[in-house]
Amino acid sequence: MAVTRGFVGRAHQHRDPRLPPGQYDVGAEWPVLTAEATPRRDPDSWTVTVNGLVTNSHTWTWADLHALPASEYQGDIHCVTTWSKLGTRFGGVSLDLLLAAVEPLPAAAFVLARSVTGYTTNLPLSELSNGQAWLVWTHEGRPLSREHGGPLRLLVPHLYFWKSAKWISELTLLDHDEQGFWERNGYHDLGDPWREQRYQGD
Amino acid sequence: MTDVPRPAVRTGAWREAIVRSVSHPNEHAVVLRLQVPDRIAHLPGQHYVIRLTAPDGYVAQRSYSIASAPSDDLLEFYIERLPHGEVSSFLSDIVDVGDVLDVRGPIGGWFVWDASTPMLGVAGGSGVVPFIAMLRHAREAGRLDLLRLAVSARTENDVPYAAELNSIGALVRLTRAGDGRLTPQDLAPLVPGARDFFVCGAPAFTSAAVSWLQVLGAPTEAIRIESFGPSG
Repeated sequence: MAVTRGFVGRAHQHRDPRLPPGQYDVGAEWPVLTAEATPRRDPDSWTVTVNGLVTNSHTWTWADLHALPASEYQGDIHCVTTWSKLGTRFGGVSLDLLLAAVEPLPAAAFVLARSVTGYTTNLPLSELSNGQAWLVWTHEGRPLSREHGGPLRLLVPHLYFWKSAKWISELTLLDHDEQGFWERNGYHDLGDPWREQRYQGD
Repeated sequence: MTDVPRPAVRTGAWREAIVRSVSHPNEHAVVLRLQVPDRIAHLPGQHYVIRLTAPDGYVAQRSYSIASAPSDDLLEFYIERLPHGEVSSFLSDIVDVGDVLDVRGPIGGWFVWDASTPMLGVAGGSGVVPFIAMLRHAREAGRLDLLRLAVSARTENDVPYAAELNSIGALVRLTRAGDGRLTPQDLAPLVPGARDFFVCGAPAFTSAAVSWLQVLGAPTEAIRIESFGPSG
């Protein structure tokens, strides 16, 4: 890439090593980025289903999820619009528990996550297992707000944050990669911030 | 949300755009017009990423909505100069005609409108910009009748492309010029007949505008939002 004439950049000598390339630290703020109207729904009637290429499809209620052993993520999140939020904390359950319960079939290799709004996003199954993904309902110890995906949000913090589907309701295991909402609109199928996979072809 | 599979939208590789004109419509905005080699045709509402590279390899990039119609030979951006905006202040203060900027796009296939359906656009401040691309496209297509716009801004000076908005009779509310805020009552007469609803602005604005549209009967799945944070 060519140097931009006259551009030095803000003092960036002390760039935080937790920031992937092209990202900046948004500090205490947490911008709300959403493409659709925020749904209103009572958490008590919330369910999440894991289905597709599994031995036993299963649906968890809000109470079912809370009865599972709690799990927490503490670390960083990265939005493709270039902000990162460092050292933040989410609480919920590890997705590993749900995957173990449904027993994925050997052919299952990809997941299409779906929100109550119809929003979808695709991920390889290998990126959702082994302590890499959660279903979360708290942020910094408080209930996750509606505009940030509450009551229930998928959390896949090692990928760009559009993969962490808000208002999650369904995870479908597939043997092929089926593009979700932003992916069909030109965004990357994997979305690894450390490889700066923002758009298709990156 | 409609969930009909559509063809993947093509986003181009990085390209070196040449700055062909720089103008300052007011003290806190710049309009850049760029010539992009091998440009991929955009849809009104899409955006580009502009990337700046320092001599030591440091990179900063931001997304900006396109203001020009697809038929325009050049690509136009209206960039609000944020006081501490690393990229926007550079684009506003330093960039000159003849400079080369790394750009990538067009991006986004959701917040787009092709002048074929009746729509209502609601914008806060510089959230007007994607609607200007839509307005210009609709004018060329002879379909300005399909487009209704409502805009909220602080002062006349804060309304991007005020003359073009006035020329189509857009509803403009200036909060610091005695108009008061844009209200659900303002939007009520604009909702019937519209099929698609587009809302663009800062998050606090878009969330308010979306809830008004819902109350006024706009189907949730017909509302498309483009929101921007403090990303300078």
